[in-house]
Amino acid sequence: MEYKGITREWDTLKKDTLARKKDAEQFVREGKIVDAKDAVALLETVIKPFDKVNIEGNNQKQADFLAKCLCQVDAKKVHDLHMVQSVLTLPEHLDVFEKGIAKKLDMSFSGPQAGRIAEFLKEGKLELGAIHTYLELYGRYFVDLTPRVALIAATMADKEGNLFTGFSTEDSPAIIEATKFRQGIVIAQVNEVVDKLPRIDIPADWVDYVIQSPKPFYIEPLFTRDPAMITDSQVLRGMMAIKGIYGEYQVESMNHGIGFDTAAIELLLPTYGEQLGLRGKICKNFILNPHPSLIPAIECGWVESVHCFGGELGMEDYVAARSDIFFVGPDGSMRSNRAFSQVAGHYAVDMFIGGTLQIDPYGNSSTATATRVAGFGGAPNMGCDPKGRRHSSGAWLKVGEEYGMGSEMWGPVHRGKRLVVQLQETFREKLAPGFVERLDAFDLAKNANLPIEPVMIYGDDLTHIVTEEGIAYLHKCRNMEERTAAIRGVAGFTEVGLKADPDQTRKLRELGIIKTAADLDIDVSKATRNMLAAKNVHDLVVWSKGLYNPPAKFRNW
Amino acid sequence: MALQTLEFEFKSANTQSISKEWSHHGVTGSGDMECLMEKKDLGGGVKAKVVTPVKGFDKVWEKMIGKFVADTGVGNVSIEINDDNATPIVVYMRLRQALAEATAKEAE
Repeated sequence: MEYKGITREWDTLKKDTLARKKDAEQFVREGKIVDAKDAVALLETVIKPFDKVNIEGNNQKQADFLAKCLCQVDAKKVHDLHMVQSVLTLPEHLDVFEKGIAKKLDMSFSGPQAGRIAEFLKEGKLELGAIHTYLELYGRYFVDLTPRVALIAATMADKEGNLFTGFSTEDSPAIIEATKFRQGIVIAQVNEVVDKLPRIDIPADWVDYVIQSPKPFYIEPLFTRDPAMITDSQVLRGMMAIKGIYGEYQVESMNHGIGFDTAAIELLLPTYGEQLGLRGKICKNFILNPHPSLIPAIECGWVESVHCFGGELGMEDYVAARSDIFFVGPDGSMRSNRAFSQVAGHYAVDMFIGGTLQIDPYGNSSTATATRVAGFGGAPNMGCDPKGRRHSSGAWLKVGEEYGMGSEMWGPVHRGKRLVVQLQETFREKLAPGFVERLDAFDLAKNANLPIEPVMIYGDDLTHIVTEEGIAYLHKCRNMEERTAAIRGVAGFTEVGLKADPDQTRKLRELGIIKTAADLDIDVSKATRNMLAAKNVHDLVVWSKGLYNPPAKFRNW
Repeated sequence: MALQTLEFEFKSANTQSISKEWSHHGVTGSGDMECLMEKKDLGGGVKAKVVTPVKGFDKVWEKMIGKFVADTGVGNVSIEINDDNATPIVVYMRLRQALAEATAKEAE
């Protein structure tokens, strides 16, 4: 048998890139600098129909100027683009579909644009590849979704094109590495062009063009929770979680969700956590954005380390002054990196704890509503039991030991399990139920023609639910029937909870599968905002010794 | 917003009563409620009157106040609630806090 190789050119991507860049030479003023007024023409020249294009859109930092420019290109020249980007936050991210510039979309999270995505899908203006978790999408940047052109955001550049991404590095390294090393084109919008950068985050030869944007890039203080908005019921669930989960399992490393429930926990550590004698035993290592609500716990000596996905407005100086705790560059400003933080959140922490909109009787939870394609962001990377984990820790082993289906599923092998915890009020504001027999995700899958229901955390990964009714230790259940009964037992007066059998709930309490506040010896009448270490944003500023500089909208003094 | 008035009566184990003649707790703010507890001879039982803008949750009110009565064993109390969209747990917590206040000894 004779084998023959094919005959082809092996460097077509490189040649194509060089040709595009030759056509664009006219726009380059000096070094790699292109004037903002030429940005649209540059995009029309270096982007070709059907290209995969990434607009850097993170939770916080947005390449907003380049996004606007992409909306202004001539759709006769540039069309049928395949947008591959983690977050769709800005209206422009969808305007490109409205204008016929882009056709296909692969993404992770869409927050404020979720309603429009669903509309566009229905009207056929947009073709959806898939909704990913962050890590999944970054992974696919290196497999089959490599951007041909990336439009990214950096804080500063020098004339050679070196970039300083600084406090809010976020997705930049993952996008740029994938794009540049597959012969793609990287265009950076920067707030400032300077002679010398504080530090080099991205070397110049990975960057093709630098444009100083007319305004600094938009940044959203997404992780700032005003303690004044925390309710007594959040304090109650926080106390239950600290005693019944953090303390019970001695959880040292974790990721906290974005909501007020976990902000309450952060603010209860110096008070209730201290009363329980848990300092030094729990909450030592965080994978977390620089939450202002973590300041009191840091100042009281609870926290040993925090690695951040992104920055948070106003926390720059505080973080810089706490380089023992945060990851800070030689220049003195923090380095965030969403890809590494997600990897750490997936493999290296013992617990994910957050909130959701709906939980079903199987423990599946989802933030999807019937008419919004909102995506997941990073929650499923952390809200799961990572099957590739091979290091052990006390908390992880204890959950594994308690796993009610362990002998059936694992045999004699010693294994552990990640704590995946949902904090859920049985009814949210406007009395929307937190427990439902059927997730809205099913309707969304049907409406948006998705092959799978967008479930954020799968029921079989969920180990604990904390409601005001009690904690359900779901991993202890021996079968699905018991699991469903445990969920009903803490679901209060929702349609799911009303089906609970009181006898069975009592039995589950005897087995330690359900623990109420009384079982945990927590006095409900003492669970009030008085327990919080900081009661408003001003208190946080005081705790930070004036280093935290909250954005104007959080200043009311 | 039209308000509706709900009235309930509960039997109780009557293992405790309140020490004050009457006691007031909470504020009718958004997502919250105020509660007045009054000592009354109700043959050991509990009466509750709820004024709320929320429709369709009569059963949940009855169950939540019933749970409060069962959990605490309080008796001979008349309860008045003015509600502005409090969730069930807020109702329960305010009742527990109100009871703690109504049974507290006068300032020492």
